[in-house]
Amino acid sequence: MIRTMPVIPEVETCIHCGLCLNQCPTYRLTHLETASPRGRIYLIEAASHGRLDVTSGVADHLYLCLACRACETACPSGVQYGRVAEAARDVLGPPGRPFQRAMVRFALRHLMPHPGRLRSVAAVIRFYQRSGLAALALRLLPRRLRRPAALLPEASTRFYTPEAEVLPAIGEPRARVAFLTGCAMSLFFAEINEATLRLLRRNGCEVVLPQNQACCGALNIHNGEVASARAMARRNVDAFPVDVDAILTNAAGCGAAMKEYGHLLGDDPDYRERAERFSTLVRDTGEFLAALGLRNSPKATDRVVTYQDPCHLAHGQGVRAQPRALLAALPGTTLREMVASDRCCGSAGIYNFLQPETSDALLAEKMEAIRATGASVVVAPNPGCMMQLRYGVRRFGVPVRVAHLMDLLDEAGA
Amino acid sequence: MTLAPLIRRLQAIVGNAYALHRPEDLIVYEQDALMVSRHKPDLVVLPDTTQQVSEVVRAVRELGLPIVPRGAGTGLAGGAIPERGGVVVALTRMTRVHDIDPISKTAVVEAGLVNADLTAMLEPYGLFFAPDPGSQVAATIGGNVANNAGGPHCLAYGVTSNHVLGLEVVLADGTVTWVGSRALDEPGYDLTGILVGSEGTFGIVTKAIVRLLARREAVRTLLAIYDTMDAACEAASAVIASGIVPEALEIIDGMSMRAVNKTLQAGFPEDAEAALLIEVEGLAESVPVLIERIEAICHRQGARRIQTAATAQDRMGLWKGRKHAYGALGKLARRAIMLDVCAPRSHLARIMRQITEAGTRLNIQVANFFHAGDGNLHPNLLFEFDDNSPEYARVVATTEDIMWACIAVGGTITGEHGLGMEKREYLGWMNSDADIAAMKRVRDAFDPDGAMNPDKVFPTGRPVHGTIPSVRAAGGADR
Repeated sequence: MIRTMPVIPEVETCIHCGLCLNQCPTYRLTHLETASPRGRIYLIEAASHGRLDVTSGVADHLYLCLACRACETACPSGVQYGRVAEAARDVLGPPGRPFQRAMVRFALRHLMPHPGRLRSVAAVIRFYQRSGLAALALRLLPRRLRRPAALLPEASTRFYTPEAEVLPAIGEPRARVAFLTGCAMSLFFAEINEATLRLLRRNGCEVVLPQNQACCGALNIHNGEVASARAMARRNVDAFPVDVDAILTNAAGCGAAMKEYGHLLGDDPDYRERAERFSTLVRDTGEFLAALGLRNSPKATDRVVTYQDPCHLAHGQGVRAQPRALLAALPGTTLREMVASDRCCGSAGIYNFLQPETSDALLAEKMEAIRATGASVVVAPNPGCMMQLRYGVRRFGVPVRVAHLMDLLDEAGA
Repeated sequence: MTLAPLIRRLQAIVGNAYALHRPEDLIVYEQDALMVSRHKPDLVVLPDTTQQVSEVVRAVRELGLPIVPRGAGTGLAGGAIPERGGVVVALTRMTRVHDIDPISKTAVVEAGLVNADLTAMLEPYGLFFAPDPGSQVAATIGGNVANNAGGPHCLAYGVTSNHVLGLEVVLADGTVTWVGSRALDEPGYDLTGILVGSEGTFGIVTKAIVRLLARREAVRTLLAIYDTMDAACEAASAVIASGIVPEALEIIDGMSMRAVNKTLQAGFPEDAEAALLIEVEGLAESVPVLIERIEAICHRQGARRIQTAATAQDRMGLWKGRKHAYGALGKLARRAIMLDVCAPRSHLARIMRQITEAGTRLNIQVANFFHAGDGNLHPNLLFEFDDNSPEYARVVATTEDIMWACIAVGGTITGEHGLGMEKREYLGWMNSDADIAAMKRVRDAFDPDGAMNPDKVFPTGRPVHGTIPSVRAAGGADR
């Protein structure tokens, strides 16, 4: 595969100082320049200027990146590497070896944009898990396939289906919001969506659940399928009302992607302005609730919790203080920080399926950091992180509950 | 020459993943943080142990290829650029800490350990490693040693050479040797002293015995804001003249502060032309007294406003802002070169005026942030063109004018970045032929073949950059 790499203007902002290196999880593991943000930018730049052929080796380097965007936090020059990676991957196409790539491309093009098809796939997964086939598979599958089988999260007993298009606020109304039900959140974490909506309504939010909404497109954007991501973004821009105080999501990855719709559709004259307006309204539920203020005094529970910063919340959206402030509002709850809470857990969308070695190495470090806090709950407000940490709990035997921030707030009656 | 047998041998030593030979693996090692030069290595190898380094050196030298040692590649003088090709030996995998002795305040660390990681590890002991170059979050101890790195706090604590007691070195023939020791006084030659700052031309440093310092009881940081660079420089000179030696005394100009503010909430003013960043450490009783005296001097020198860091977070914010200043220049221009020159502290205001004039005359934008306390200046030249453009001659001319101005007042052409490729042709501006010949004899004693990081440090007689000759043929120091 030899392709030409176009010039990605964002790359020019990098002055090669190298301050990103040691903040990059893959550089920390390998200590290779090619596994660092500066190295990846160098490869892209060299390829754009015809000094390097875009071989599969280049693609491998660019796909070893987790797209965690820790380098953006580290970068003094403000290089938005997330955008650089997205643009370069769009040229390369989806990751993996030919068969894997075809599977990924098929899923991104033909499943992700269609909520109905996704639901059918999840129903098959649920049947497989409940029928006992999953347990059997874990014993019988060849070793190579056992890990992906174990990674698969448990599908929710019921999928989240909005009971109405508008859910009224409970008590005095304080805000009108729209909510992205999300694909992973609806199919694998339905009860968290329900908790989120209860919490929002108890705190005086009227919640609009647009019928025609689609997946946010984050997985497509990160895996070289930008065209289909644009179509999904357009569908959401059409589906969501903008006469609301905020467009909310309880998934960090979705929030980061939707905050970038203005950029994603920047070349589309019909959608540019509406996409920008959409993006300015997007908030993570934790970010929004911290600003709104909790209305009810939560019940006390004595416990120690630790907080895992989802990459796309901390590095992608700069949301760090707000979830911690909400945890601090829970009486009896002590937040004990883990080492490097904003370092990626290795989930990174579909990365944990495609890059098992790197993902497992990061997860091992992460589980150790969690264990060292002695916390009984780890809060990670993003579906990918929760799936990965739950896999980590099983695999490394760390006695900790993996919860969403919305879970704890709802349970406490906040 | 086919490299296949060497590749196989290196793979056997360090493992396949760490003997790099494909174009896409090599190309990223063309450059370090000096953006205006690039040369592809023939191979790159990343050993994990001293033994592996030694075997690698033997294998490469048997084929007669040059060796270029490399840390994190944050050097600004091109010291890790493999100009003649050969094999880059990157030490980044060697990050172990072998021993921390909190009583004698020493640690034995591997060369690839990141400077800031060492200090983070020392936190529980109340200790730290003093050299704190702007790149410390990424730069390695080995790189600090090779370039005798400094940093803002060198004013009080000294540079890397003051904090290294001993080194494990792999010599050009693969011999592993230790120089120095944990003892403060070693019999015989001070070989540690000449290895520090030798820019990888004497051998490959694999371990260092570093000195650690205890955190002081109290620390206070203030930012004194001025309307002109002149006034800020006069204030810095006045602080030093008063006999106070703060732990750090930095100046940062308005352009740099505004660039930093674009990406960080560092707490820098938007509307100032220069600011002094001063830090004082010591006993809880003495620090407030010192700070008061410094504030009085700053006010007397016309400070428009003085802000003190109220919390540890404010203090960290100011330092992060200062240390990110170079990177932030990416916001202002496509290319930046950070110069590293020194001038006596009594001449600060004058030399800064000359720097501004040089930039104006040659139409090169210059941003400044520097270690005013010890007169170590960092004019940053900003430009939009590539280094192979004829316009680059203006960058060379500005660099030379600035260096010449520093030499004229008794300063030097490098404070802490080293000579590398960037400054090698100018060594003769500071040193006589006899001086240089003496230095070369020392180098030859370590590396008679000149195979270790060749063509660094010493003049090569070639154009100073690409095909651009020195604009100022003047040279030959007659001190």
